[in-house]
Amino acid sequence: MSSETALAAGPRSRGLAPFLRSQMRNIAPFLTLIFLSGFFAFASPSFATLDNLGNILTQVSVTGIIAVGLTFVILCAEIDLSIASIANVTGIAVAYFTLQESYVNIANIPLPGAVAIILSILLCALLGLVNALGLTVIGIPSFIMTLAMMQIAAGISALLVRGQIAYKVPSLITTLGSGSIGGIPWIVIVAAIMLLGGHLVLTYTRFGRYVYMVGGNREAAEYSGLNVKLILGAVMVISAVCSGIGGMLGVAHFGSAQQNEFDTYLLDSIAAVVVGGTSLFGGRGGIGNTIVGLFVLGVLNNGLDHVNIDSFLKILIRGLILLAALVINVYAQRLREKAAE
Amino acid sequence: MSEGRSPILELQGITKSFGGVEALRGVDFALLPGEIHGLVGENGAGKSTLMKIIAGVHTEFSGRFLIDGAETHFRSARDAHAAGIAMVHQELSVAPDLTVAENVFLGNQPTNALGLVQWRRMAREAGEQLARFGIDVDPMSRLGDLPIGLQQLIEIARVLFSGARIVILDEPTSALSPPEVERLFATLRRLREQGTAIVFISHFIEDILRVSDTVTVFRNGRKVAETASAATSKGALIEAMIGRGGEALEHSYTDDLMLPQPSGSSVILKVDQLSLARSLQDVSFEARAGEVLGIYGFMGCGQQELSRILFGKLKPDAGTLLVEGKPKTFASTAAARRAGVALVPESRRDMLFHQEPVYKNISISILDRISALLLKPAQERDIAQRQVEQLQIRPPVVGLDLGMLSGGNQQKVALAKWLTHPPKLLVLCEPTRGMDVGAKNDVINIVRDLRAKGLAIIVLSTEPETVLSLADRILVLKRGAMVREFKNEPVSKDRLLEAA
Repeated sequence: MSSETALAAGPRSRGLAPFLRSQMRNIAPFLTLIFLSGFFAFASPSFATLDNLGNILTQVSVTGIIAVGLTFVILCAEIDLSIASIANVTGIAVAYFTLQESYVNIANIPLPGAVAIILSILLCALLGLVNALGLTVIGIPSFIMTLAMMQIAAGISALLVRGQIAYKVPSLITTLGSGSIGGIPWIVIVAAIMLLGGHLVLTYTRFGRYVYMVGGNREAAEYSGLNVKLILGAVMVISAVCSGIGGMLGVAHFGSAQQNEFDTYLLDSIAAVVVGGTSLFGGRGGIGNTIVGLFVLGVLNNGLDHVNIDSFLKILIRGLILLAALVINVYAQRLREKAAE
Repeated sequence: MSEGRSPILELQGITKSFGGVEALRGVDFALLPGEIHGLVGENGAGKSTLMKIIAGVHTEFSGRFLIDGAETHFRSARDAHAAGIAMVHQELSVAPDLTVAENVFLGNQPTNALGLVQWRRMAREAGEQLARFGIDVDPMSRLGDLPIGLQQLIEIARVLFSGARIVILDEPTSALSPPEVERLFATLRRLREQGTAIVFISHFIEDILRVSDTVTVFRNGRKVAETASAATSKGALIEAMIGRGGEALEHSYTDDLMLPQPSGSSVILKVDQLSLARSLQDVSFEARAGEVLGIYGFMGCGQQELSRILFGKLKPDAGTLLVEGKPKTFASTAAARRAGVALVPESRRDMLFHQEPVYKNISISILDRISALLLKPAQERDIAQRQVEQLQIRPPVVGLDLGMLSGGNQQKVALAKWLTHPPKLLVLCEPTRGMDVGAKNDVINIVRDLRAKGLAIIVLSTEPETVLSLADRILVLKRGAMVREFKNEPVSKDRLLEAA
């Protein structure tokens, strides 16, 4: 028996129902997406248009860039609460190192664009490294470590802009954040490339395999002789760098750099990853799930605007959808464990 | 000496089976007030099953159960507790994040009229109780911060001073140091004078003989002997435990097995003066290429810690490791793997990825050899397929999730992951535990093949049979210290038990 036929025979020989149960985590978010899209298309004629699809893609791009790194972290059964703050401080830093108009009252340090970008990337990588060291060397749980980093990054942001707003960023960042090519916004292209890159790394590289194994059973990974701390450290740095890139492009996209600009992105990014079906217990899911999660959130946010709903109710509905996703997430894990037995 | 007193607890003709297998067969057991009753027997002889019946953990059994002469049937451990029966289980069951005082009064804290906990009173009384036990510790300190032995003592103290009339201690001394054992014994004797009935289970037969009045021996679910401690000896008890002259199967246990002459091949691992807190003291030994070194000892003797140190998961307090003559301090398990050390821990759950397919489980520890950056799944599958065929893993399907395999086959996968690029030193913890005869023989054959290939292999086990069936040379570990080495000489199960 060749290994390929064996693989195919595996799930089939167990019957369809257990197979579907084991795939619940992938199926449920997809059904949610189809249901939401269908509902809004039915409820509003302006929803299901090519223009609006472009809107949705643009709206989820910054979240998507940040969610790439967060997917790695959650796959390892850790969490990163500092993503939005790191995005914010990196966006502010790239503006800080750029020459601003004379009316901007920030004592900044103008540098050539490439240097500004490199310094900003180094800054977010450094903050990620601090997260990594706190988690692996000192042994602070990631939840608390990144909570502290959230404050630290916000503090650095505050010190850099001191309540002011900066507008200028290097031209490369301006192009990528707010420009477009052939009618397609660059920021959508960047998000697509990063999501694809994240997917390739997770699926086809040794490091990606290690991420899944560490998330699946950390003890077993250690007993297999993997350097678990190195892998955990690496995902924290990856997460911070993705957040930083998202922050820089986001600043260009919004046209300004200021304090607390990215606050909503923390919840949105976590929601995208988890709604997509990546397991909070680690080891299951991936970028494909994150993409579905991004669309679920994107369609929901955008669609609620189209159906003229009370904007306060909108917040509640988002919360309820997130709760439903969490229930499915935990439930899917249990179903899969049962299927494995 | 006990004539004239009526038993506080009496069991008659107790039979208990688990899924058709009889764990206890017609056992009679009586416990007198003011008696320390020792219980010995091999793993699986039925001691713990009987104690769990007494403590109300197992409620389904046949036979008569009398307390103070009246027939009783417990429906739960709570009933047993209400009848004055308390048990210290083998595994530590404390709340490490609570204070010492809270642990001593767990579920039973003194409260005032409003139902609020009286902290000062609780701390004072806990301190007094522990002081009577010779434990000098701040009752308001966090229990988890104390050494394991002290935690165990505090748990024992809690049960001893709970006011129970019948106290059952299952292997209470495995994590205790000699002075702590002394203190425990002094307390047991004091309670005996107050009329408490105590059942004491231990693998340490010297301890049983020193502290108990009566000893009962179990073998294969039967009570095979009951005698006054003063009238027996360690040798006689071991003989009764393993049944000299018994059924044919048991002959091998007492028959002498001749260990071969040490081959004099190169030393792969040299361990020198290894110490770890309360677990290991000055442990030194060598493991040679093409040799299986068995390390035998009771539970809690430090085996587990020793294996974790060899694989870089624990750091020793003192001592050195030399791999092929080079001193090593492993910063991580990854470093140990790179140095050519492999470990199969006793628990498959700790070692394998149950939700991943078999081939990923096998390839995980050699991925860095076959792929620099990109994975090569076809090659992984080929390698896994070869291992699956060689080790006769059933079903021979590398794409199947590991969780679908039986326990014995999972154990083989755990071995397979180290065999594609065999290490220099393979450390196996309890390699045949819980396996049926067929799977056991397969594992024994695999280990012999590996030895022939020149690996140095260390087998750690608490089961004498495992060590005897695999090892060329045997070390006995007792309370963290190497106490005996068997080499080039006859060895048998009773000799091992005698040494441990």
